[in-house]
Amino acid sequence: MSKQTIIELKGIAKRYVMGSESFYALDHIDLDIYLNDYIAIVGSSGSGKSTLMNLLGCLDYPTNGEYKLKGTDVATLDENHLAGIRNQEIGFIFQNFNLLPRASALQNVMQPLIYRGLPLVERKRRAENALTMVGLQDRMTHVPNQLSGGQRQRVAIARALVTEPAILLADEPTGNLDSTTTIEIMALFDQLHADGQTLIIVTHEQEIAERCHRVVTLKDGHLMSDQLNQSQASSPSFEVNAGV
Amino acid sequence: MSSLKFKLIEGTRSAGQSIFAHGFRSFLTTLGIIIGVASVIAVVSVVQGFSANITQQFDGMGTNVINVESFTPRKERLQGVRAKLTYDDYLQIKYKITGISDVTPTVRMWGSNAGITYRGQTSSSMIVGTASTYQKLNTVYPERGRFFNASDDQSRRRVAVLGPSIMSKLDIKGDPIGQHVGVSGEWFKVIGIAEKRGKLFGFDQDDFILLPFSTTRALLGGAEEPDIIISFQVNEPSQLDQVKQQVTNLLRRNHNLDQDANDDFEIATADQMLDTFDEIIGSTTLVLGGIVGISLLVGGIGIMNIMLVSVTERTREIGIQKALGATRFDILLQFLIEAVFLCLLGGLLGLILGFGAGSLISNLTGLPSATVPLWAVILSFGFSAGIGLVFGIIPAAKAANLDPIDALRYE
Ligand SMILES: Nc1ncnc2c1ncn2[C@@H]1O[C@H](COP(=O)(O)OP(=O)(O)OP(=O)(O)O)[C@@H](O)[C@H]1O
Ligand SMILES: [Mg+2]
Repeated sequence: MSKQTIIELKGIAKRYVMGSESFYALDHIDLDIYLNDYIAIVGSSGSGKSTLMNLLGCLDYPTNGEYKLKGTDVATLDENHLAGIRNQEIGFIFQNFNLLPRASALQNVMQPLIYRGLPLVERKRRAENALTMVGLQDRMTHVPNQLSGGQRQRVAIARALVTEPAILLADEPTGNLDSTTTIEIMALFDQLHADGQTLIIVTHEQEIAERCHRVVTLKDGHLMSDQLNQSQASSPSFEVNAGV
Repeated sequence: MSSLKFKLIEGTRSAGQSIFAHGFRSFLTTLGIIIGVASVIAVVSVVQGFSANITQQFDGMGTNVINVESFTPRKERLQGVRAKLTYDDYLQIKYKITGISDVTPTVRMWGSNAGITYRGQTSSSMIVGTASTYQKLNTVYPERGRFFNASDDQSRRRVAVLGPSIMSKLDIKGDPIGQHVGVSGEWFKVIGIAEKRGKLFGFDQDDFILLPFSTTRALLGGAEEPDIIISFQVNEPSQLDQVKQQVTNLLRRNHNLDQDANDDFEIATADQMLDTFDEIIGSTTLVLGGIVGISLLVGGIGIMNIMLVSVTERTREIGIQKALGATRFDILLQFLIEAVFLCLLGGLLGLILGFGAGSLISNLTGLPSATVPLWAVILSFGFSAGIGLVFGIIPAAKAANLDPIDALRYE
């Protein structure tokens, strides 16, 4: 099976300067990510997982090193191109959902399509499909504070998916959810992976990491290990139960 | 580009949403604009209503009508000297100046002996002694009955044309035509009622009684010749200046004025009065413009201030939007639309408020009814939108230039 690389990180470092002190939140990370990868990024708190995700999502920029996305060196791109990448290539799911508070579920999911300049009917059609896919077809007009945590996260997932991004980045997507909801969300991710989606998920939870096919471990900004999860990669043994 | 169109539509929708989400705050924010536009519209509507009315009045007078009145400089007036136009001046103009017609002498009676009575009611309305040609020069036509004619004048008949206001002042009931009113102790038969003209500068223009000139002169007695006004029409408008010069020369000769003496009379055309009036309106508008400029500036700063607060408040939202792929331009557009939208709403409110205030003012003061010209409406909206653009650009740029990760981390 020949693997198609979509992300190449070479010697990536992120240094934070605070007053006179400075330290590396990420230090010399080399990482290749392939099409349809299903990666868990684990590591203790403060190990640099979110920092890495923000770099991958083109929300932040590295201090050193090279980040190639689909062969393009991201450092050479200007703000407008980066915005385009965030819009077209990346679907970002945040731990704290980051929904627009005054916008309904439907409006939230339509939001990224505005930046594509799509007409309203088209935005609406796609957003409704995405919301239906995450099982929220009867919650479209609710605003975030009228939704449960799990529902909010599913809106966020629908919003990340509606643009059909090359890579789905999820920073502790189930960190704020109970175990039942977590299982629902993970089933959804399994389904996406089965459909060919590339996913990178930051997690604290062992069970989630075990469902992924590749586990990257960070420690104090260093890449400690990058292992294939044998039981997963060979045969998907978990029941796929999307839209529960 | 169609995608810009959709962004503009969406920007307007979301601007409306966030403006109405904070309705009261938005209202307070635009208060400066509201007050600025309202005051402009109030004053403009009153002034315009006023000036439309006056222009109409002057139009009625005809632009080639000339009025000659006596003029005494203040200094001489203090010394007790009074310039005068006499019946002789009238005759001279009438028979010696060519190219004019409808030369009309007019004498006005004021003061204590100028009371008008009817069945125990008294009115101190203006008493005007004039010739039949007066109606043509001043467009005062009888609505009922008739105007007096040359023969009434020649035979010094005691007939009168009443302004419509007198009717109620004297409490005349029933058909006034053929009834008698008293002027300076003499009885005059009412032969006509003039058309209603309304108010000008707050003065009732219908509060008068017109009598034949000769009759009035006789009434005043021969003790002292009255000061009269001489009006006439210039047949060829192009000869206006020439006629004015001729009249000037004639009157100076007739009054035995020295070479270096000033004219003791004034020649005024309707055009001139209109020009003077336009000048007054113009400078009023200018002063007004200044005041409005300042108030809109203050309003704009208010908008900028609140927009800056709102950008800070929505920092996280901006971060989210950027994470979803909003470009700087998208964010800039969104906040600019919001600022302009806000200002336009303020402008609209101001317009309604201003027109209401203007109508109220004209109603209360008896001025002509307020009108808002289209240019004032367009200007108000244009100005409001401009204020939104100018004062929205700094907050919008601040929002647009936020770093996505910093904005997302903002607490
Ligand atoms: N803006 C910043 N300025 C300074 N230091 C920062 C900044 N952002 C992150 N850090 C530091 O970088 C390190 C890595 O942070 P990061 O958020 O990537 O950790 P994490 O692995 O996601 O942890 P957690 O599991 O708790 O979310 C931490 O020590 C943090 O204090
Ligand atoms: Mg984190």
